[in-house]
Amino acid sequence: MASVTLTQPTIKRPGRLTLVFRYLRRNPSLAIGVLIFTLLIVFTIIGLLTLNLKHAYPLAVRPKQPPSWQFPFGTDFYGRNLLTAMVVGMWQTAIIGFVAGGVGTIIGIILGFTSAYFGGWIDRIITGLCQILTPIPVLLIQVVIASSLDKRDVTIFTMAFVVVLLAWMGPTLVIRSQVLSMKERQFVSVAKLSGMGPFGIIFQEIMPNLLPFIAAAFVGQVFAAVFASLNLAILGLGPQREPLLGNIIWAAQSQSAFFNGWWWWPLEPALALVLILGSLALINMGMDEIANPRVRRSE
Amino acid sequence: MSFSIIARRVLFLVMVVWAASTITFFIPRLSSRNPVRERFAELSRSGGFSPADLETIIASYNAKFGLDKPLLQQYADYMGSILRFDLGVSFNKFPRTVVQLIMDSLPWTITLLLVTTVLSFIIGNLLGAVAAWPRAPNWVRGLATPFILLTGVPPALLSVFLLFFVAFRFKWLPLGGAYAVGTIPDFESFSFWLELVRHQILPALALILGSMGFWVLSMRGMGVTIQGEDYVNFAEHKGLGPRRIFRDYYLRNALLPQVTGLALALGTVLSSAIIVESFFALPGIGRVLDQAIRSNDFTVIYGIVLFVTIAVATLMVILEFIYPLLDPRIRRS
Repeated sequence: MASVTLTQPTIKRPGRLTLVFRYLRRNPSLAIGVLIFTLLIVFTIIGLLTLNLKHAYPLAVRPKQPPSWQFPFGTDFYGRNLLTAMVVGMWQTAIIGFVAGGVGTIIGIILGFTSAYFGGWIDRIITGLCQILTPIPVLLIQVVIASSLDKRDVTIFTMAFVVVLLAWMGPTLVIRSQVLSMKERQFVSVAKLSGMGPFGIIFQEIMPNLLPFIAAAFVGQVFAAVFASLNLAILGLGPQREPLLGNIIWAAQSQSAFFNGWWWWPLEPALALVLILGSLALINMGMDEIANPRVRRSE
Repeated sequence: MSFSIIARRVLFLVMVVWAASTITFFIPRLSSRNPVRERFAELSRSGGFSPADLETIIASYNAKFGLDKPLLQQYADYMGSILRFDLGVSFNKFPRTVVQLIMDSLPWTITLLLVTTVLSFIIGNLLGAVAAWPRAPNWVRGLATPFILLTGVPPALLSVFLLFFVAFRFKWLPLGGAYAVGTIPDFESFSFWLELVRHQILPALALILGSMGFWVLSMRGMGVTIQGEDYVNFAEHKGLGPRRIFRDYYLRNALLPQVTGLALALGTVLSSAIIVESFFALPGIGRVLDQAIRSNDFTVIYGIVLFVTIAVATLMVILEFIYPLLDPRIRRS
């Protein structure tokens, strides 16, 4: 018998980076979101490293200067260099977003898992609490908390704390419903039958499958935290001394910036916030696509 | 609708009001801030009385407002006063009560909210329905996209851009306030009303643009589902014209669940209205809140928060009761 030798076709598996780029091409909202977000990070980091950060605080430079070569973003009524103020404000917005978003997501994960996995009266208390708190407009409760704080005590971190206090209901309910559906899957039953404890099942079986949802919930939380801190700052409840982006807009509006012709003052932080929120929203939309493979587009 | 459902909804409403009032009662008392002391310390700095008198004044004020009683007693009194719809007295505009301040500003806020919500609901839902309608021309369907993108932009930022482009660059509309400085409010004259409307356009636009995308998005999703329904197919095979199908079979059925969305969106819409009002210095609840925050008028801040929360929760429950009247399918089941 003549033997036929089959030539093995060599399959070249593309590198990891190529795969990432190919995926980004299929998921344009994620790609654009990540691009804008990266540019903002680069802007902030370069600014933090090269600029004199004292210029972000009052009485540092000549006040009320329109954008020029010396001050590319102009200066405000209080004598802050707005370029530096934007860099510092962007950095502070990032801190609030990530701290509040992170803590909110973690609380959501803990409560969501407890509620769904153990069920019974724990579940009833947690979901009941979420349902009662949901119709209360979050902004207003945040106003109560923020205005109860001593104005000198308001820092970036208390701001994040105020935001996170009422921002865990969303992720709790999302993760609860995901765990509930995951709990009934066969691989969980197999793990249970093979004698795995509840924590083993939660951390080794269910958690890895939930990661895309958790990531999407986290981005959503960061968005909500930036949004909420902006609203508080616009009402004048932000840390008064800091050049937080919302604070700059509030200060500009308090000094009637448009009326006095200082258009650059409120416009720049507003643009920066639109870029931040827009990129987060785009990333969130892209993440949804990863989390729900049903809507994922094929190559 | 059965009695037990109504009872459950009312109980839910009571729970929400209780939760909101408990939060507004305890959080301020947990903080180190003492509103009475701050207020009088401010006054004593501007002169008038000696620091020794300050303590006496504060003590008498605490006694007057019951702030020296045990916490639980205060809590019970507070709950009782809420039931009587008494939210206390303003520190800053003393003889006036918080309820009076709210009632004075409420007509402005309600008008702004009503106009913007109705407009954005109608336009948003129509755009969403058209965006999901396969026979609509492409350019009409494309109209929906920019509004969906705008949902992510907070109304405060929209206000900044609108102010810059419309009011600052092109000077088409005023920069803020309810009417031009120096105008004497005269509700009889037509030109004064025109002036009022001109000042409300930008804030209303910020609110409409910010909330419309929500309706477009949910209506588009709803529309896609409805098109697959048997009764739409049936109407097509009966030979009904596309206009008739769109209006009576498609739009009507897709619109119903959107009313539920109205209840869900209420809290957000009201919060944005408050922010936009304070941003444009329009008379209204937002302005009262803004002034209260600037002058540390705590009873007013907490009173407004409680009032708005109760209003939102009540409206949500009312909308839930209205819904079965609109949708016969729910009424029967």
